[in-house]
Amino acid sequence: MHELIFNTKLCENCKTLDCIMKCQYIEMDLDEAGREHAKILRGEESRILKDCVTCYACEEYCPSRNHPFYLIVERQEQLGIHPVPKPIEKSQVIMMGPRGKIKQKELKAPVIDMCFFDIMKGGIRGKLFEGATTIGGSDVFCNLMFLHFARNSTIRERLPLIMDNIMKYYLEPAGVKEIICYHDECYGTYTSWAPAFGIDVPFRPVHLFDYIYHKLIDLKPDIKPLNVKAAYQRPCSNRLCPETDHFVDDIFNLIGVERPKRTYEYKNALCCGGIPEAAQRFDLVEEIQRKNVEDMKSTGAQYGVFNCPFCFWTLAEPVAKAGMIPIMMSDLCLMALGQ
Amino acid sequence: MLDQEIIGKLKTILGSDYVSDAAEELFIYSRDQGVQDPHMPDCVVMPGSAPEVQEIIRLAMQKKIPVVPMGGGLLLSGLTVPLKGGIVLDMKRMNRIIEINERSHYAVVEAGTSQGMLDAYLRKHHPGLKHSLPDAPPSATIAGNIAIHGSGHLSQSEGGFHSEMVTGLEVVLPTGELVKFGSCSTVPAWFSRAPLPDLVGLFLGWNGTTGVITKVGIKLYPRPSLHDVMVFMTEDIDLAPMIISRIINTEVAEDINYALAPKPDYLNGFQMTVINVTANSEAEIKMKKQIIRDALHDFYETKEAGFMPVPPNMKAGFLEAPQKALSKFADVRKGGGFEYVGAIMPIEKIPEACRAGMEITARNRITYSLGARIIGRGHCAMFFFAYPFNRVDREEVERVKKALEDTNKTALQLGGIPWKAEVQGQQLILKQMEPETYRVMKKIRDVLDPAGIMNPGNWEVG
Ligand SMILES: Cc1cc2nc3c(=O)[nH]c(=O)nc-3n(C[C@H](O)[C@H](O)[C@H](O)COP(=O)(O)OP(=O)(O)OC[C@H]3O[C@@H](n4cnc5c(N)ncnc54)[C@H](O)[C@@H]3O)c2cc1C
Ligand code: SF4
Ligand code: SF4
Repeated sequence: MHELIFNTKLCENCKTLDCIMKCQYIEMDLDEAGREHAKILRGEESRILKDCVTCYACEEYCPSRNHPFYLIVERQEQLGIHPVPKPIEKSQVIMMGPRGKIKQKELKAPVIDMCFFDIMKGGIRGKLFEGATTIGGSDVFCNLMFLHFARNSTIRERLPLIMDNIMKYYLEPAGVKEIICYHDECYGTYTSWAPAFGIDVPFRPVHLFDYIYHKLIDLKPDIKPLNVKAAYQRPCSNRLCPETDHFVDDIFNLIGVERPKRTYEYKNALCCGGIPEAAQRFDLVEEIQRKNVEDMKSTGAQYGVFNCPFCFWTLAEPVAKAGMIPIMMSDLCLMALGQ
Repeated sequence: MLDQEIIGKLKTILGSDYVSDAAEELFIYSRDQGVQDPHMPDCVVMPGSAPEVQEIIRLAMQKKIPVVPMGGGLLLSGLTVPLKGGIVLDMKRMNRIIEINERSHYAVVEAGTSQGMLDAYLRKHHPGLKHSLPDAPPSATIAGNIAIHGSGHLSQSEGGFHSEMVTGLEVVLPTGELVKFGSCSTVPAWFSRAPLPDLVGLFLGWNGTTGVITKVGIKLYPRPSLHDVMVFMTEDIDLAPMIISRIINTEVAEDINYALAPKPDYLNGFQMTVINVTANSEAEIKMKKQIIRDALHDFYETKEAGFMPVPPNMKAGFLEAPQKALSKFADVRKGGGFEYVGAIMPIEKIPEACRAGMEITARNRITYSLGARIIGRGHCAMFFFAYPFNRVDREEVERVKKALEDTNKTALQLGGIPWKAEVQGQQLILKQMEPETYRVMKKIRDVLDPAGIMNPGNWEVG
């Protein structure tokens, strides 16, 4: 079985404990953080394991990229800590599981992997995605969301089959070697989670924003700058691939979108509140959403921009009620292309 | 077969457009979507007014022709199937909305007014008011629903069965008189059944065996501008009564429904308590949701149960009234068959009813959807056992019939009473009923309907 590659020594010598000290949801001084983290290293119960809202951010905060969050998930699972109520967890495991109903279909590059969100494939349109084909649904679903449910085991068990499906049914017959990951979760799975567990990825994952950015460069003459202000909701899974976060600014620059400075962005981004809701942390949901939306609004943003469909479903209504237009990044780019 | 002279008289009363003995029409009126055997009517008529109903009834009484009133015909238990032939009185043309009283919160409608029509009318002309909608398809009628003690979206919060929301009735008796009951019998307003001796009950829950309802006064309630839904998910059936009681006791939930089904597979083995909350401001809805969460805090704290996040597409489905989910489920086997057995029972019996439903369906190899709507502030539950089937598959029909019989027996054993029971179910109830009670029922019926013409075959000792 694939084990988490985690360097305990790095932690033992760590002076800053950024993984905990920078956490926006757990308050601790450095001493307590050291003690609690040591418990996690030893495989013991710790307040961190219970209070963690599974925002993934410590994966980014750790300067050594030592996968503190994956370790939290390992320990939660080993100790039987369920962040989300058990019936919801069990039901989700069944709902999102591979169905073995995959059908070969003719594909040509660029192949956009819609993750579980096949229903969003209507967004793959216009000049931005000319000639693109899509795959999606439970048989190609990365299953990374089970990090929120303390279930590394589910990802471990399913990922090899999922990657096999992608290769055997889609990429190999089409002679395609890379997939564009529509959702940060897939990109994070293939570039962060899989290597952390020693699992080889047989294709090249490309982040959706990487694809969009380069496509916009090609389409530059067609771009009509939007001249609007926008706030961006960074999804939790982007913490697994922070090296792609700059594309938000790069794309906004290309399409004439101003991104006024706000408190909760980049490393300081706040969760959308969807997962704390599943974890029954209702006070927190309200506080996070209020802070997040008020912060967006205070910048004078006219648009609230999303990449994660789940963030969109969770925050679109509060964003709209605050007088901003919730929109997916790809749709914003299509607007700039006059579509 | 009715002789042509009677058909001719009916045509004289109603005009020939509204009387038919054409074989294809009789075929349609001879059956419903349930498993009951079809019975051919001799004739189908569609009256347009109470005086026309009176004339039809007088003729039927004189000639001793059975008369079966029918609204939407959506009952599924054969109560509008003419067991002894005769005339099916299709009430759908009598669909005028006569009065909406904004201040005293009631509507007066003709009996054939559909649930959908009243709802649409209120939304358009009186957006601050609503009536309690059943989850039946919108063509179900107001009178058909109260004639069987129906229930709906406001049954939990606003006073129980829809029959309890009736403020007055106008009825054509089986002897042809047109009579009003309730305040409307004495003053022009239809506000209440009190303080007069309550005779309205002579027509509620009687399945059209005591007269033809021509007008109904029905209570209206405020329609708050905001509506949200919470879904509490559990895996332990035995928790249901406690969870439901806790929610009821908050007094802030509008509608409470409990459901379990084997499909989709990711819901198999789990139960959902769907809690509707309405309010007039964001602050009010937030407060109500918080109160409900607090009431269930100890359950979700242990992570043995919890509130399911409801994505927008799913939420839209939950917020629909009537709920389309059951109508969609009705068609899962294709072939147009659906048996929807209800049993009114105490709330504490829900776990046993669930287990019995699963056991009965497994034994009879059929699929199911089980659930309960809470009635009154937790005074009982309308437990449903819904069995879809393919009508073309005779063998499956027989299995569903058997399941229906088993379900009725089980409901009675559990201390519940089968709802809108078909003839066989009625027989089971009557067998268990105190003989004196049945005798009074019979006496009343004999007085009201000396010729025995109203929906004969129902509620009779076989
Ligand atoms: C998918 C589905 C969901 C349902 N959900 C619900 C629900 O949530 N709540 C609920 O209560 N029911 C529900 N039902 C059951 C049923 O459809 C409804 O109760 C419906 O309101 C019955 O009205 P109807 O007009 O179809 O009555 P009908 O079937 O036409 O008649 C019902 C009974 O009343 C008698 N009757 C009809 N009109 C008159 C009259 N004018 N005078 C005297 N007697 C009359 C008939 O003879 C018959 O005995 C559901 C059914 C389906 C198919
Ligand atoms: S995970 Fe990273 S930040 Fe946390 S203690 Fe270890 S090395 Fe330090
Ligand atoms: S995942 Fe988020 S909440 Fe959990 S410890 Fe890391 S930073 Fe804190």
